[in-house]
Amino acid sequence: MSGQPGGASPEPPSIVRLREVSLSYGKARALDAVTLEIPPGRMVGLLGPDGVGKSSLLALVSGAQAIQTGRVEVLGGDMASAAHRAASCPRIAYMPQGLGKNLYPTLSVSENVDFFGRLFGQGREERERRIAELLRSTGLAPFADRPAGKLSGGMKQKLGLCCALIHDPDLLILDEPTTGVDPLSRRQFWELIDRIRMSRTGMSVIVATAYMEEAARFDWLVAMDSGHVLATGTPAELLARTGTTTLDASFIALLPEERRRGHEPLVMPPRPAGAEGEVAIEAEHLSMRFGSFTAVDDVSFRIGKGEIFGFLGSNGCGKTTTMKMLTGLLAASEGTARLFGREVDPSDMEVRRRVGYMSQAFSLYSELTVRQNLDLHARLFSLPAERIPARIEEMARRFDLGGVMDSLPESLPLGLRQRLSLAVAMIHAPELLILDEPTSGVDPMARDAFWRILADLSRKDGVTIFVSTHFMNEAELCDRISLMHAGKVLVSDTPAGIVAGRGAATLEEAFIDYLEEAAGRQEPEAPAAAAPEDGKERAANARFFSPRRMLAYATREQLELRRDPIRAALAMLGSLLLMFVIGYGINMDVENLSFAVLDRDDTTVSRDYVLQISGSRYFTQKPPITDYADLDRRMRSGELSLAIEIPPGFGRDVARGRHVEVGAWIDGAMPSRAETVRGYVQGMHSTWLAQKARELYGDGAAAGAFRIEIRYRYNPDIQSLVAMVPAVMPLLLLMIPAMLAALSVVREKELGSIINFYATPVTRLEFLLGKQLPYILLAMMNFLMLTAFAVLIFGVPLKGSFLTLSVAALLYVICTTGMGLLISTFMGSQIAAIFGTALLTLVPAVQYSGMTDPVSSLEGAGAIFGQIYPTTHFITISRGVFSKALGFSDLTGAFLPLLVAVPVLLGLAAVLLRKQAR
Amino acid sequence: MRLKNILQLGIKELRGLLRDPILLLLIAYSFSLSIYTGASAMPEALSRAAIAIVDEDRSPVSGRIALAFYPPYFVVPRLISAAEMDSRMDAGLDTFALDIPPNFQRDLLAGRSPAIQLNVDATRMTQAFTGAGHIQSIVTSEVNEFLSRYRSGGTLPVDLALRARFNQQLNKSWFGAISNVISSITMLSIVLTGAALIREREHGTIEHLLVMPVGPVEIMLSKIWSMALVVLLASSFAILVVVKGLLEIPIEGSIALFLLGTALQLFATTCMGIFLATVAGSMPQFGMLLMLVLLPLQVLSGGVTPRESMPEIIQIIMLAAPNTHFVILAQAVLFRGAGLSIVWPQLVALLGIGAVLFYFSLRRFRQFLR
Repeated sequence: MSGQPGGASPEPPSIVRLREVSLSYGKARALDAVTLEIPPGRMVGLLGPDGVGKSSLLALVSGAQAIQTGRVEVLGGDMASAAHRAASCPRIAYMPQGLGKNLYPTLSVSENVDFFGRLFGQGREERERRIAELLRSTGLAPFADRPAGKLSGGMKQKLGLCCALIHDPDLLILDEPTTGVDPLSRRQFWELIDRIRMSRTGMSVIVATAYMEEAARFDWLVAMDSGHVLATGTPAELLARTGTTTLDASFIALLPEERRRGHEPLVMPPRPAGAEGEVAIEAEHLSMRFGSFTAVDDVSFRIGKGEIFGFLGSNGCGKTTTMKMLTGLLAASEGTARLFGREVDPSDMEVRRRVGYMSQAFSLYSELTVRQNLDLHARLFSLPAERIPARIEEMARRFDLGGVMDSLPESLPLGLRQRLSLAVAMIHAPELLILDEPTSGVDPMARDAFWRILADLSRKDGVTIFVSTHFMNEAELCDRISLMHAGKVLVSDTPAGIVAGRGAATLEEAFIDYLEEAAGRQEPEAPAAAAPEDGKERAANARFFSPRRMLAYATREQLELRRDPIRAALAMLGSLLLMFVIGYGINMDVENLSFAVLDRDDTTVSRDYVLQISGSRYFTQKPPITDYADLDRRMRSGELSLAIEIPPGFGRDVARGRHVEVGAWIDGAMPSRAETVRGYVQGMHSTWLAQKARELYGDGAAAGAFRIEIRYRYNPDIQSLVAMVPAVMPLLLLMIPAMLAALSVVREKELGSIINFYATPVTRLEFLLGKQLPYILLAMMNFLMLTAFAVLIFGVPLKGSFLTLSVAALLYVICTTGMGLLISTFMGSQIAAIFGTALLTLVPAVQYSGMTDPVSSLEGAGAIFGQIYPTTHFITISRGVFSKALGFSDLTGAFLPLLVAVPVLLGLAAVLLRKQAR
Repeated sequence: MRLKNILQLGIKELRGLLRDPILLLLIAYSFSLSIYTGASAMPEALSRAAIAIVDEDRSPVSGRIALAFYPPYFVVPRLISAAEMDSRMDAGLDTFALDIPPNFQRDLLAGRSPAIQLNVDATRMTQAFTGAGHIQSIVTSEVNEFLSRYRSGGTLPVDLALRARFNQQLNKSWFGAISNVISSITMLSIVLTGAALIREREHGTIEHLLVMPVGPVEIMLSKIWSMALVVLLASSFAILVVVKGLLEIPIEGSIALFLLGTALQLFATTCMGIFLATVAGSMPQFGMLLMLVLLPLQVLSGGVTPRESMPEIIQIIMLAAPNTHFVILAQAVLFRGAGLSIVWPQLVALLGIGAVLFYFSLRRFRQFLR
């Protein structure tokens, strides 16, 4: 530890010290006045059932969670101080709960680790060395190029560990790292941790686990229950204190009296005789192929009614796929599956009503409360309405959900959520239960309770249960089990039969033996000696702004973007298409307006008057109007934009110079069109008058006294495209980059990888700029393409300097992506982000930015908005450069607001972004 | 297909919506404040148009012309020099610049027919055309009036009685309010249904639904009715409270008929939302697709510029979009007081488009679920 700041100081007596720490999520209290000191240099286990506050405690210690009350000291400093968090972050590694929650599924294994290396400011050579080392020692080296999303659960956990270990932490925090991992991978995982600890003796490790059998290997234990610490000490001390022989028993002994009640070892009663015969599930030569990959290869089995059938196997061996084929979620490539003698048919509602399915990933509605989830499913399974409340109560009691009925699943720990999923799968009392790893993440007591229910269902009610699991003690409870590996069934027998057949002592041994035989033995290499600490590196990490960390995010974002070519293609091609559509579609030059005449005179003079209008390109004549009713109807339907009424005796009166009035009605529903029509009609009327006057009175008449010459500047041919393209480009460069930038942040929030931002030394500005950079580049490419198309394809002349336009575009897209980031700080869900971005960009840009109406003539709030909105200024620049050949000096007034907006937007986003979970 | 399931699943959607306060806030904003500010910011067709006058004559008649321009149609004209004119127009300060040449009055009275030059910034499309027409007629009438004192000559006593129907003042905010309501309806319905579907897939809940006795039609219909209901309620509020109440825009026709049209429009757009969601693989892709669809819908449906002026091919293509028919219907009913006998073709078209979209999105949805 010589490289630490003030490295000579002795190790503090405790690496973590909590005093009176409490934490609540809404009404739920996760930690209740916890006071705890954890000694350094040990492997510390945090034990306890689900929902007792283990994860909250670890999140507080890692600095990812903001402190509510109490004092948290880690590595000798107060975690409430941002400065200490920034200084200690590089020394802490945190691996959150959930399979690969903080990994990026589209990035490959090595890219994931590389990203973390960059976050901790490591140079390329150092990263490459460390990544090679870590992947080799975890056995992930052969999969270095596989996307993280395609890894099995065990491999994801190992990858998570690699990511955590990349920066040689002094404190390693692992939150249930082996949940949902098969026994072989679990064994390898702990061996790996042991090897790492051997090579890095100073490192402290804190592990949360619900599995007592793992706890025996830890140096020091903290037993927790309902937000309190029950006891601390070495495993031997705990055993001695409670006078028990196993940690399981000692934990139960530590529990308060009322929690202990009713706990006794679980014994599976034998299957009643004569239950054989009827077959509930039958699979014949089932195969499933995804492209060239065979997930399930020729699997056959029969499961009798009332049987509990266990499915075991390493992660990713095809268990889930097989189950999905049985439920009809996936159609088998080959073979047949039958439920209750009927072939699986996804549209067969009757069979679905008899089956309960629980998928591996939590798949209930996180926006509904526990009670609402149960209620919804009860109703979907058509339970009689009057029986529903009682059934929900029963489920709540059976699965011990009573206390959380009105909480949202998101606020519950994994174990409780699993229980809720089970309750939902069983709410309609199905005859067949298909359970995919139902007890992953559930603590031992709850698992016992759960299996008691399964035993009840199978033995008393004759429910058939098809369950997959990683727990050997659960497998032993099954009537029969199948071992699967790489899509094939290795063996199918009773648990005792398998143990005997292999000549092993326990089922776990037999299982690992089978797997190792199938996979071929491979001993991972021992890690090389830890690299010597590098003092400069630590110092570099503490800096306020590190370009390297920023680039880490930028590189990762750009990789993700490249892995999703559809998104980038949509952004590029979409904007081209939009420019084309809008450029051609919007036409301010109103033409082809429909009009009709109610001619009550019908003389040559009246027809001459009408000809004046119908002869122009602006109007198209419709059949004559017969009467007022006809006029009214045709105007109401919008068929006519203009109706002319010529009074009887018009021709005669004109000839005699008597006063006469022509009536004209304009459809005012669309005011801008009406204005134009009015202008046209007035113009034609006066032209006609002048003509007539000349005919009647000769050339001396008033006409021709003077002329008005109209010069349409900048766009002499008054082409819409030429005027629209410079205004449409700013619109497109606003919406698309803003949307992409906003989603890139909100997506991390919604999918959980935002935790990396909370728990690593990245500062807000680094995070934001890193996220922004790739989208600025994308937007600039977009800009270049749009300009090229505008000039080369649409023939819009670019009169001014391209450089001026490019510089403005760069400033502008920094603004627009910054707006996206700013929006993202408010939004919690991607839906809200999409809607919010669309609303906050599209409307102001179209209406207040001078695209159609100049900003100078807007009124009220819209006018203020228009003046500060960046789009206004970029439209001025874009039009100025495209149509008016202006340069930098002429456009200073428009450049300045853009220059101001950049730091303002980024600053606001940085201030509003949260660096810790709340 | 069971109605009860559709009802239950729809209620689930509504409950989910209630859990997202930001989203609710955005919905409220888009149907109240956004419409209000949008409508009240809308300038009159020609409002406060920036005009400058280069008076090189400085005669009574040129002074008269300068005085004829005043708010609200124009800003008080700035008197500038000929040299300033170009730079001011370049900077976009003036939309119009009227150049009255030296000796204009003398030439006019001498019957030498002098010319006034009107410079128009043609990049300001909306104002360029209407404004030029206005300025022409103002200058002409001022000059004629001036002349009539010096000369007598016959003019024809034919008047043109021009009346605008349905919106006598040609108040642009009426139109703006309604087109904002329409674009909010479209945007919200597509976003809510589409994103809700993608969210179910990203969170894995859709898989769960499929093992229950619920068919794709039920899932789809439940999303359609619940989200359409939200938008329908919000748009009723917008029409009754914001448009009619706060903005005091008189509504000619039957609001019930308009809401019937809205419901049909929602049927079509929610189906479109589901369709887009099945095409897009992820939320960011959906966001991009959304922009691709929303913008043309809004710009080319006739809600911003008149349909008649668009190229014919675009007019024909846009007949396939529900918005085109909805815009026609909304204008006919709300402004022109049209009844069922007049707008039934639009209702039929909306229903037809909705049915076709429903069919296609259901087909895609079934594949999506596989």
